[in-house]
Amino acid sequence: MALLIEQALNGVQLGFTLFLLAAGLTLIFGIMGVINLAHGSLFMIGAYAAALTAAKTGSFLIAFPVGLVCAAIAGMVIEFLVVRRLYARDHLDQVLATFGLILFFNQMTIILFGRQPLFVEIPSWLEGSIPIVAGVQYPLYRFVIILVGLLTAVGLYFLIARTRIGMLIRAGATNRDMVRALGVDIKLLYTIVFGLGAMLAGLAGIMTGPISAVQVGMGEHVLILTFVVIIIGGVGSIKGAFAGALIVGVVDTMMRAFLPALMRHLMASGSEADALAGGISAMGVYLLMAIVLLIKPKGLLPAHG
Amino acid sequence: MRLVKSFAAALVATCLAVPALAQAPVKIGLITTLSGPGGYLGEDSRDAFQLAVEMGGGKLGGVPVQVMVEDDALKPGQGKEIAERLMKNEKVKLFTGIIFSNVLAAVAPEVLDGDGVYVSSNAAPSNFAGKECHPNYFVLSWQNDTLHESAGQYATNLGFKKVFVLAPNYQAGKDAIAGFKRYFKGEIAGEIYTRLDQTDFAAEMAQIRAAKPDAVFQFHPGGLGIAFARQYQQAGLLSTIPMVVAAPSMDLGIMKALGEASVGVNVSSHWNSDLDNAANKEFVAAFQKKYNRLPSAYGAQAYDAALAIGAALKNAGGKVDDLKAFRTAMLKADFASVRGAFKFNNNQHPIQDWYALKVEKDASGNVVLVTKGKVLTNHADFYAKDCKL
Repeated sequence: MALLIEQALNGVQLGFTLFLLAAGLTLIFGIMGVINLAHGSLFMIGAYAAALTAAKTGSFLIAFPVGLVCAAIAGMVIEFLVVRRLYARDHLDQVLATFGLILFFNQMTIILFGRQPLFVEIPSWLEGSIPIVAGVQYPLYRFVIILVGLLTAVGLYFLIARTRIGMLIRAGATNRDMVRALGVDIKLLYTIVFGLGAMLAGLAGIMTGPISAVQVGMGEHVLILTFVVIIIGGVGSIKGAFAGALIVGVVDTMMRAFLPALMRHLMASGSEADALAGGISAMGVYLLMAIVLLIKPKGLLPAHG
Repeated sequence: MRLVKSFAAALVATCLAVPALAQAPVKIGLITTLSGPGGYLGEDSRDAFQLAVEMGGGKLGGVPVQVMVEDDALKPGQGKEIAERLMKNEKVKLFTGIIFSNVLAAVAPEVLDGDGVYVSSNAAPSNFAGKECHPNYFVLSWQNDTLHESAGQYATNLGFKKVFVLAPNYQAGKDAIAGFKRYFKGEIAGEIYTRLDQTDFAAEMAQIRAAKPDAVFQFHPGGLGIAFARQYQQAGLLSTIPMVVAAPSMDLGIMKALGEASVGVNVSSHWNSDLDNAANKEFVAAFQKKYNRLPSAYGAQAYDAALAIGAALKNAGGKVDDLKAFRTAMLKADFASVRGAFKFNNNQHPIQDWYALKVEKDASGNVVLVTKGKVLTNHADFYAKDCKL
């Protein structure tokens, strides 16, 4: 039972990391209609900025805002220089251009910081484990990731549902020409949304840094899962991204954790069962995506109807 | 008259060009992983190979060579395309450098079918060591399984009874677990195949903790290993459940990531920077001088591969054209390996010694791998018996 709770928490934690990435990506797609493959690069930029600052100052509390600001600025610069020219183009052009950005950022990072990965320590006040329920200890840092993810989700909800800029974002997503006709500076709005999305990706990067290593290409693996999240949740919908991320996080972790034992019960040969379970759990979220697409082609919680 | 003169000039030029052609350097295609999380492995491999060429003054075994470095980005398809391009456009016949077994599985057949030679400085999956061994495929590193056989033997020697094993779900991962189990005499507490693109191992850590093993054996090269080892440490397991691994799962990058926490990890390897032989001392000193860091085993293997290619070129008359002569020359292994004793088995994979290493803190406070003794002597791989060469 304790193991089940711990694994569920692991799933939720992975889910919240994915949510931070998916929220930005889906916002950008929903509002501007741009597929931004370079979202993984923004994840990497956030992680690098925080790691380098932490190495210089020794303080996670300084590194954290620096990472956020760098990712947001990088996002706005990308929007201003590159993505702005792509709004009217078709998706193939967008994919090509943003794929080019991935190559550019990866190579640039190699030139500036080399191929050796960077490491960020978990700050000492976030080390160790805390009791969740009787008998279950959970690493404090991973628990904090869950909390930050939750706070971000609530914050995003308020921003989009309750503020003027949120209203403009929603309006822009529904009918961008009408918003422009009403005299809103839609270009500025787009830049802000892109920066916000980039900041969320950067946040995910900063938090992932201490768990794994900060290295070139770290954003690409996680980007694939992020696309799965968006497709399951419904393209352009923040609520969908939230639901999709938690589903993908929990399903992925649970399959990895419990499928091998289950298969060993069902099959005679232990190592064949392990190999098969490994294979199925690797496919798990993609199977889930296929099933969701079959039943609800627009995703679980689509943005418009 | 002018016409005759030009013809004469052209004739002279052609005559001059013939010996120049014979002097043209032998092209070596070095395909390795330079981008992505595994990029620092390929970097070490490339740097060591180029160091050997540089130390020879642009020559290997006295034969001028031209090294063409290409990045496979850990993508088998990309590696194959590069090999095709180099063979077709540049007429390269000699290839080396691949780090990952899945890339090798795509590139090696391409090279061998085109009458090229592949000299592996790292990856050596089981399927190329047994029935499908090939006269023009040489391995200077190890056969994948033997790395982990040595770890299995080391775990047995250390007296562990119950070991939890983990490796990524691809050829080299399967070779790893098969190799470990072949030489580990105790009980397997659990067996998990992770993903080659996995970054979060929280679920695996929880399972290890629940299984309460004596020790953990894991094979996660490069970026995977860094993430795995750090999360193992963060889960509080590094201080409670000892780890026995083969060299690729505790390279310098991973040790740097763990810092002092890595002290005490048991590593089995065929090479270490402190091995006491003249060739190794020369290599380590030259590498440190040029690149200002210690070489890893990836580097040592690539350096040996360069020396072996040099020896083969020298004895085969400076060419790769005569494959038979090149092969005979290569199989003599007429070079001073940085590992000390080295010879080829019938399947053209190494027969070599394996050492027990431990991570320790040196006098200046750095974490280093220290050689503690031998695990296996003149060890050959399991698949050689199936090879009919």
